[in-house]
Amino acid sequence: MVNLVIVSHSRRLAEGVKELATQMIFGAPDITTDATDANTDNTVQIVVAAGIPDEECDNATPYRLGSDALYIAQTIEQVWTQDGVLVLVDLGSAVLNTEMALDFLPPEMAGRCQISNAPLVEGAITAALEASLGHDLDTVNQAAESAAHIQKVSL
Amino acid sequence: MLVMVHIMNSEISASCIERWLLVFAERILEKKDYLTDLDAAIGDGDHGLNMARGVERLRERLGSKLVAAGRPLNAGLAAATEPADAETNIGVLLRTVAMTLISGVGGAAGALYGSFFLNAAKEAASLLKNGADPQRNISIAEFSQVLRSGLEGLKQRGKAGLDEKTMIDAFEPAIDALQDSIEQGEDATAAFTAACQAAEKGMQKTIGMQALKGRASYLGPRSIGHQDPGATSTFYLFEAARKAFA
Ligand SMILES: Nc1ncnc2c1ncn2[C@@H]1O[C@H](COP(=O)(O)OP(=O)(O)OP(=O)(O)O)[C@@H](O)[C@H]1O
Ligand SMILES: [Mg+2]
Repeated sequence: MVNLVIVSHSRRLAEGVKELATQMIFGAPDITTDATDANTDNTVQIVVAAGIPDEECDNATPYRLGSDALYIAQTIEQVWTQDGVLVLVDLGSAVLNTEMALDFLPPEMAGRCQISNAPLVEGAITAALEASLGHDLDTVNQAAESAAHIQKVSL
Repeated sequence: MLVMVHIMNSEISASCIERWLLVFAERILEKKDYLTDLDAAIGDGDHGLNMARGVERLRERLGSKLVAAGRPLNAGLAAATEPADAETNIGVLLRTVAMTLISGVGGAAGALYGSFFLNAAKEAASLLKNGADPQRNISIAEFSQVLRSGLEGLKQRGKAGLDEKTMIDAFEPAIDALQDSIEQGEDATAAFTAACQAAEKGMQKTIGMQALKGRASYLGPRSIGHQDPGATSTFYLFEAARKAFA
């Protein structure tokens, strides 16, 4: 099963996206919040790599706004399987740092990861559903990316 | 005696590079609020904080002499982050700097400065690999080649070039000036002074540019009239180089 990594500058944003996407998982939703306690093989794992780990920042969580390539690489590594990982990103350096993260992973692992061009919310929701149906990485990403074209407001 | 002085002046050692980065760190910490103000005008106002966090880690790391082993990039993440008491050569040192800045700085600047130092480290490692003494100093011509590779890495990572109002507008003219000066046979003092001046001019030129990359590009033409924060921190890098190497 394809697993999802949500990369955002903001932890709250990423956790919210994860919450929405988890609802879409076909079958029993797995409400793990952390990569560490996500271990099942038959349900989609959705984990966040959001913010920059920073013990000294003044936020409620030890993360400041931003993105961090090493942290993203570690998170991908934790949920990676042969079926691959789809990474959904918000903007700017989330993309730069995810690309850099893939360079840090062994090529055989990076080769089974895709960075989605999808909009974060629609993309994550679509990808969660598609992945939980057991579709492969290309199919899951194509569905997520096509979510960009869904008309929200009818003209 | 004169010859000795000349040789010392035209070679770069690992400890010179450490000094360079410590001078840079100090300057960033002094200018933290200024960099943040520049970024607040056209970005998200975190460049000063991001850079300060990164150089604080760098100071701890360089101070503690914990140097990450210079393993191949794709050896896996554990190898990439694992600290080891490797013998310090210039390649290993630059790699440690890269890894420290990537997660210490974070954001766009972390990835970009990280890519700069990572590629510089690779170039240094390949220069030193074939010689008899991998701990040796490098010539300023070799150093300029190392910086050039770093710049290529940065540009690839950012998918950016000149005149897009980024740190590249300070980096590229500085490295061009350094190389030109060395090729004309000038000494380290002249070469690093030229590089520093070119970085400063490039930084100032960003004021007139419209941002085409990064957070500032969201502002479109409203980004014109403001100096780019990344180009400003890059100027400090070359200012520190002049102090450390010239
Ligand atoms: N694609 C790029 N190529 C080269 N330099 C860039 C690019 N994007 C941003 N920069 C440089 O990075 C600087 C901003 O660094 P900063 O640490 O503030 O990251 P950021 O823009 O806040 O990142 P984020 O995308 O997370 O918001 C800019 O001033 C610019 O010089
Ligand atoms: Mg910023």
